[in-house]
Amino acid sequence: MRHIISLLLENESGALSRVAGLFSARGYNIESLTVAATEDPTLSRMTLVTRGSDEIIEQITKQLNKLLDVVKLVDLTEGAHIEREMLLIKVEATDGAREEVKRLSDIFRGRIIDVTDRAYTIELTGTGDKLDAFLQTLGKTGIIEVVRSGPSAIARGDKGLHL
Amino acid sequence: MELTGAEIFVRCLRDEGVEYVFGYPGGASLHIYDALYKQDEVKHILARHEQGAAHAADGYARSSGKPGVVLVTSGPGVTNTVTGIATAYMDSIPIVVFSGQVATSLIGNDAFQEVDAVGITRPCVKHNFLVKDVKDLAETIKKAFYIATTGRPGPVVVDIPKDITAHKTEYHYPKSVSLRSYSPVTKGHSGQIRKAVDLILQAKRPMIYTGGGVILGESSKQLTEFVRLLGYPCTNTLMGLGAFPATDPLFVGMLGMHGTYEANMAMHECDVLVAIGARFDDRVTGELSKFCPHARIVHVDIDPSSISKNVPVEIPIVGSVDNVLRDMIKLVKESKQRPDKAALQAWWKQINEWRSLECLKYEHSDKVIKPQAVLEKLYELTQGDAFVTSDVGQHQMWAAQFYKFDKPRRWINSGGLGTMGFGLPAAIGVQFAHPGETVVCVTGEASIQMCIQELSTCKQYSLPIKIVNLNNRYMGMVRQWQEFFYDRRYSHSYMDALPDFIKLAESYGHVGMQIDKPSDVEGALKEAFKLKDRLVFMDFITDQTENVYPMIAAGKGQHEMQLSPCHRDTSAERELA
Repeated sequence: MRHIISLLLENESGALSRVAGLFSARGYNIESLTVAATEDPTLSRMTLVTRGSDEIIEQITKQLNKLLDVVKLVDLTEGAHIEREMLLIKVEATDGAREEVKRLSDIFRGRIIDVTDRAYTIELTGTGDKLDAFLQTLGKTGIIEVVRSGPSAIARGDKGLHL
Repeated sequence: MELTGAEIFVRCLRDEGVEYVFGYPGGASLHIYDALYKQDEVKHILARHEQGAAHAADGYARSSGKPGVVLVTSGPGVTNTVTGIATAYMDSIPIVVFSGQVATSLIGNDAFQEVDAVGITRPCVKHNFLVKDVKDLAETIKKAFYIATTGRPGPVVVDIPKDITAHKTEYHYPKSVSLRSYSPVTKGHSGQIRKAVDLILQAKRPMIYTGGGVILGESSKQLTEFVRLLGYPCTNTLMGLGAFPATDPLFVGMLGMHGTYEANMAMHECDVLVAIGARFDDRVTGELSKFCPHARIVHVDIDPSSISKNVPVEIPIVGSVDNVLRDMIKLVKESKQRPDKAALQAWWKQINEWRSLECLKYEHSDKVIKPQAVLEKLYELTQGDAFVTSDVGQHQMWAAQFYKFDKPRRWINSGGLGTMGFGLPAAIGVQFAHPGETVVCVTGEASIQMCIQELSTCKQYSLPIKIVNLNNRYMGMVRQWQEFFYDRRYSHSYMDALPDFIKLAESYGHVGMQIDKPSDVEGALKEAFKLKDRLVFMDFITDQTENVYPMIAAGKGQHEMQLSPCHRDTSAERELA
């Protein structure tokens, strides 16, 4: 099963490699990993997407909790949550494609954030599925570059992950 | 008054109550060594190799319960300690390793003797630090000791760049530190403990299985009271030997790959298993799908990640073994329910039947020295009261089987990592922790050569360690597996070109003996123990063909033990086959 694990980490050098090292040393999967500082500059928030059986996810959360740099941890997939990923994509936009790409981008509620006479750069936010669908719709031809942020996620409701 | 980082370092150790530092100097740690030179409260013990320093600190910690301290230089100094750090990590031993580092301005420049110490040690430490500002030094050292010794103990590395040891600041050693991301649990959940005690008292075929956690948690006394209160059988892991008195009739011996037949059979047949401070290691469980098929399992451990890692557990209790055992004893005493006497009697009858097989029996000889006989004699002559360190291999298993440890912290071996070369340097640390006591290093001619240089350290500090070298001219355990599983193709397991151990010992200024007749074993040991102030290297020329029995082979369950050839044709063997 796919799990989204959210962590508050000490914002210190080495914290990220402790987490990444744990996954490689113990043979766990990382599908994606995003990390940035929070409103409290001593803390980073990490969103980690992994896959595994219940037993493996239990071990992953226990092992992560054991790391001294991990301050708090929650498995967001245990409850209702919202997941968003951002896609930046550069697409050829010449002749007939110029209109078609703009139309598709609008349908997916993307925003064109840079324009040249040969290409558009589009920003699109949504779930991973939505980004996949957009990429599929565009097809392989015409794509110059794709950048995906990996998902960030937050629990629904009024409770937050904090100290 | 402002002090330099090096002076602060030494003051911190003093204020932490550190008696000995095991180390080896080098460029990046020169300021610190200079500060050590100017005082005499913290004593520095010079090893002959950084691996030896790490194992010595480890032996000191295992035998005393106090953290071991290591001081090495950058680059090779710290890479040489990695085996020692990993050894301590696998057995949860509290050591603090201080490594010199190149100056902060040079870090990342591939400077001379530079290595990413924090990166290299990261997978085998509980935590590690790089000190980037002299103002953080004292607090970091306090944190290192706090982390190493609390919760599930483990090694901590503190990497200190050379310029930090020269910079000055005010010295203040904090009395305590707290970390927002680290607060080890101590008390167990009372509801869980109650549930566990209920289950334990209902057991018909109970089994108590304990590991190194009981020793690390200083709870032998509680364990002994708990087991005796219930009258249940108790087994210890390799790391847990001595936590429960081996001479107590309730003790059924070590369990696992080379454990006793009765311990492993009782594990397999039990209906309630109480695991305390043990981690269901693969050498203990055998094939997991065959492990304890009838048992409902209670597991007490301070580390939640040890629980349900290999074997699913019905009643997990996270807490310090000491606290949880106290709570359980209290509940057992208060409970109206008593252990089921009739069931327990039948269970003991069964266990005693297994016991009567005498699974450790071996063929005696008056022509060639049997290694087991040496250890039996060693046990007899030291009255079970020596500190015994060991290396890794057959001799380690025989020592675990034949030396009956009645007290904790007497059996010092590398159980998790299985580090050959551990025994002699560990014995150095043990002897420093217990100056007046008998310290024996049980080893083999292969293992001892991995850290043989420490004989020089023993000479310098007049350490009267007794080395029992069971010399069978083979890496015995490798040879045994090649005999059993590789059609006797003894690939590179023969120890050719061995040194003359007598001359070797003598050249280091010690006493060397070679013993090749069974009738000389007792005399040699007695003579060696008479030499109270000398290191004696006893080179016992033993039977080359002897194997460690009984044994659970790979893929087998605990009930599928292979017995020694002297049990062949007995009914038990037929039953097993």
